[in-house]
Amino acid sequence: MNGGDGGDVAAAPAGPPPPLDWKFSQVFGERTAGEEVQEVDIISAIEFDKSGDHLATGDRGGRVVLFERTDTKENGESRRDLEKIDYPTSRHPEFRYKTEFQSHEPEFDYLKSLEIEEKINKIRWCQTANGALFLLSTNDKTIKFWKVQEKKIKKVASMNMDPSKAVGKGNIGISSVSSSTNSHLENGGYKDKSSTNLINDFKFPPGGIPSLRLPVVSYNETSLVSRCRRVYAHAHDYHINSISNNSDGETFISADDLRINLWNLEISNQSFNIVDVKPVNMEDLTEVITCAEFHPTHCSTLAYSSSKGSIRLIDLRQSALCDKHSKLFHEQEAPGSKSFFTEIIASTSDIKFGRDGRYILSRDYMTLKLWDINMNSGPVSTFQVHEYLRPKLCDLYENDSIFDKFECCLSGDGQRVATGSYSNLFRVFGCGPGSNESTTLEASKNPMRRQVQTPSRPARSLSSITRAVRRGGGESPGVDANGNSFDFTTKLLHLAWHPSENSIACAAANSLYMYYA
Amino acid sequence: MVDEPLYPIAVLIDELKNDDIQLRLNSIRRLSTIARALGEERTRKELIPFLSENNDDDDEVLLAMAEELGVFIPYVGGIEFAHVLLPPLETLCTVEETCVRDKAVESLCRIGSQMRETDLVDSFVPLVKRLAGGEWFTARVSACGLFHIAYPSASETLKAELRSVFGQLCQDDMPMVRRAAATNLGKFAATMEPAHLKTDIMQIFEDLTQDDQDSVRLLAVEGCAALGKLLEPQDCVAHILPVIVNFSQDKSWRVRYMVANQLYELCEAVGPEPTKTDLVPSYVRLLRDNEAEVRIAAAGKVTKFSRILSPELAIQHILPCVKELSSDSSQHVRSALASVIMGMAPVLGKEATIEQLLPIFLSLLKDEFPDVRLNIISKLDQVNQVIGIDLLSQSLLPAIVELAEDRHWRVRLAIIEYIPLLASQLGVGFFDDKLGALCMQWLQDKVYSIRDAAANNLKRLAEEFGPDWAMQHIVPQVLDMIKNPHYLYRMTVLRAISLLAPVMGSEITCSKLLPVVVTASKDRVPNIKFNVAKVLQSLVPIVDQSI
Repeated sequence: MNGGDGGDVAAAPAGPPPPLDWKFSQVFGERTAGEEVQEVDIISAIEFDKSGDHLATGDRGGRVVLFERTDTKENGESRRDLEKIDYPTSRHPEFRYKTEFQSHEPEFDYLKSLEIEEKINKIRWCQTANGALFLLSTNDKTIKFWKVQEKKIKKVASMNMDPSKAVGKGNIGISSVSSSTNSHLENGGYKDKSSTNLINDFKFPPGGIPSLRLPVVSYNETSLVSRCRRVYAHAHDYHINSISNNSDGETFISADDLRINLWNLEISNQSFNIVDVKPVNMEDLTEVITCAEFHPTHCSTLAYSSSKGSIRLIDLRQSALCDKHSKLFHEQEAPGSKSFFTEIIASTSDIKFGRDGRYILSRDYMTLKLWDINMNSGPVSTFQVHEYLRPKLCDLYENDSIFDKFECCLSGDGQRVATGSYSNLFRVFGCGPGSNESTTLEASKNPMRRQVQTPSRPARSLSSITRAVRRGGGESPGVDANGNSFDFTTKLLHLAWHPSENSIACAAANSLYMYYA
Repeated sequence: MVDEPLYPIAVLIDELKNDDIQLRLNSIRRLSTIARALGEERTRKELIPFLSENNDDDDEVLLAMAEELGVFIPYVGGIEFAHVLLPPLETLCTVEETCVRDKAVESLCRIGSQMRETDLVDSFVPLVKRLAGGEWFTARVSACGLFHIAYPSASETLKAELRSVFGQLCQDDMPMVRRAAATNLGKFAATMEPAHLKTDIMQIFEDLTQDDQDSVRLLAVEGCAALGKLLEPQDCVAHILPVIVNFSQDKSWRVRYMVANQLYELCEAVGPEPTKTDLVPSYVRLLRDNEAEVRIAAAGKVTKFSRILSPELAIQHILPCVKELSSDSSQHVRSALASVIMGMAPVLGKEATIEQLLPIFLSLLKDEFPDVRLNIISKLDQVNQVIGIDLLSQSLLPAIVELAEDRHWRVRLAIIEYIPLLASQLGVGFFDDKLGALCMQWLQDKVYSIRDAAANNLKRLAEEFGPDWAMQHIVPQVLDMIKNPHYLYRMTVLRAISLLAPVMGSEITCSKLLPVVVTASKDRVPNIKFNVAKVLQSLVPIVDQSI
């Protein structure tokens, strides 16, 4: 587990940093014993914003929930600093529920007789402006651009007309604008000819009319309002698996199984196809796109991963349709080790760029791989996530678990990587030079109770029994010959690392657990 | 409470704060009425401050407000009070919706250009500086579009300050701000003294052309031509030319695409000699670019570019590329070329045209892609001047016939639209021989739009060649079709009759057309009878009273 010996990493102090001591911080939506998990409540996306002050989760019910950080002092900082990122704080991040909104609804495509699930596949934060938050959320087909803003609730305190009286007067046709709602034309115009003429014919005295007053408005409280600003629809024939913002602040990409489209945030009726891997004959299809992400700083570079385990780097400058990659990262499997499952488990489920853009982290079914974008001969490090499942691949195939798509994440400093596994476990690995840090945590209030257990040691059966009791129904956890317990139904697919601090948010079914170190 | 006649206005004012967005929008659109009702002084003291606080509204309302305020000077008491309008527009310059900001900037520019110089210095310049130092990028983006108004009336020291503020915006952390600065660089530069132009602006320009965001560099290219025109030719050659030559070989195809679009404008700025030595090779490179999008842009400018050059240069350098492009692998490149290639004929002169351009032109007419052929045919009047009617008719006809029977109805529709133009160019004789049958054939097309267009086409032909000709060549055939067993085709005939009647005049209408219509009124299909009624109505003004 040697990290890359590139400039950035080598500049770190000599010797590997000490392993982190993870502690439980918070949980949102914790299940009580025996509680049945509603399908719609299961979290399907987690994303921190660039500053780490906000966290968004999406769920299978199409909702997006926002959390905001509470431990930073807001007052001392100017907004201009907030536009940028990262500032040190001594305390660990703590979040509180901010707001939520229904981002997507279930739909039905009548032309193709297809149900479109409302499940949120990905959330991405956009540039903050004027104190309003902006984010993109997507389900299988439609991307939406949301603005969440604090609005003052206005109360009109004084008017020219007594509201009750105004309605009465309206009926005699003088103030038809306000009272007669049926004066709305279908195109949104008004047919209030009578009142228009009246006003235009009216001769105003040069000094104005003193008896007229402007309404006085008082603002008492504020509330958070979420508005959908744009809908980017009808551009994908297949299911959207990822969206990613460009560093230029005006464009983003969306990727489905066979194509990647480029959008301008301000233009929702037009997108450009930049990658198309669809073969002329669909029977020749051997590889699909599983994930795509823009480089964090280079506006013309993006990476996408495939079901064959390769990562392609493309340069948007080269041509309008980027079917030819500029770099290909692919690890040849050792000859002879090929089995029926080799191809399935090679599929990359997620890729992430490190913050400086030099490294790409990828996750396939069994491993995490860290790639240096300057070295395409092979990954700089490979981390085994749950090697003890290898003998179980047949079972995993039969219950479809082998197709689970685990996400991965890097810490802000690029020194550690993390990914999820079964039994609500997630693992953190050190990837700095000389680091052999490898921690297993459980998404529960006591994350370290599983840490003593390494894959080769027998599990304490007690914990698996208690958890079995806690779960409502479903399969019972399997215990293999070595006594390792694993539970296919509780899988930790989604997690995110805070951009500037050692803090991880991860989703266990409908609960959001937060840890810090 | 207010008096009876004031109710409408009172309601209008109250609705500025109504919960219904349509009503608020309505009130904002009538802001001038409200202002007149309040009088100038109260508009200044009450309405404008009231609007300044009203920045929490929906975008549609804010957009309308930004627009109204741009023409509000008369309602606040004229030019001397124009400055009171600045604060509400300043807040609108900071909202996050781009179209609202753009409109606010536009209105500010409009007001600023009317303001007295002292007021500009006292209130407009500070406003620009405030926005430029704004906390959120939205304010800084808006500031970029205001410098060219603020600059001319400022004092020397203030001017220096404005220049440096603009320089800072060009190096802002946010790419959005740098893009806005790049977009407005040309406008700002136009107001600046030549001395500063060469030092400050050129430095800024060079920085922008080396930005690591492609989108910023793209906008810098767009500024090239504007900037080039401001500079002395020799400065332009020294500073702009190397940049543009560099850009024409940029790694990013989008940058090269922009250069291809802008290059001919720059030729005017640098003069003929550098054009010949530097820009022609660059342009030729772009015509042969690897990326089809770049070739499309370059091909579309072939005529404009050739016009700037001498015929010899055009024949020597551009024509070979045109030849290559006419057999380009991308249909869109060929299509772009086909739409402009006609214009090259006058530039090249008759001899070169017949010798070199004609073969290209004929090969494009035989292109497998209908758009390419259509683009050529649409410029038919120019073609005729170039190659003469005989040659044209020989090569044109197969192309037209093929397009007329194209599988895609939109292609057929497009060619029908050009038939009257063709007819006028080719003359009656040729038309009778070759195209008459086609026009009738379209009346029985499977697609309604084509049948409708065909009927319309007959009307235009009748206008072109006169009623006598139409009587001979159109009317009998059309009337014959009323016996068609399919009611939809009979309906087309009715449509054609209603269109032809006004052109043919009352006599023919009465003697020929009307009997057919009357017969059709006894058709067994109700829809036909219904349409007969409609046709008869349209015929009423044409026929004599007696009938």
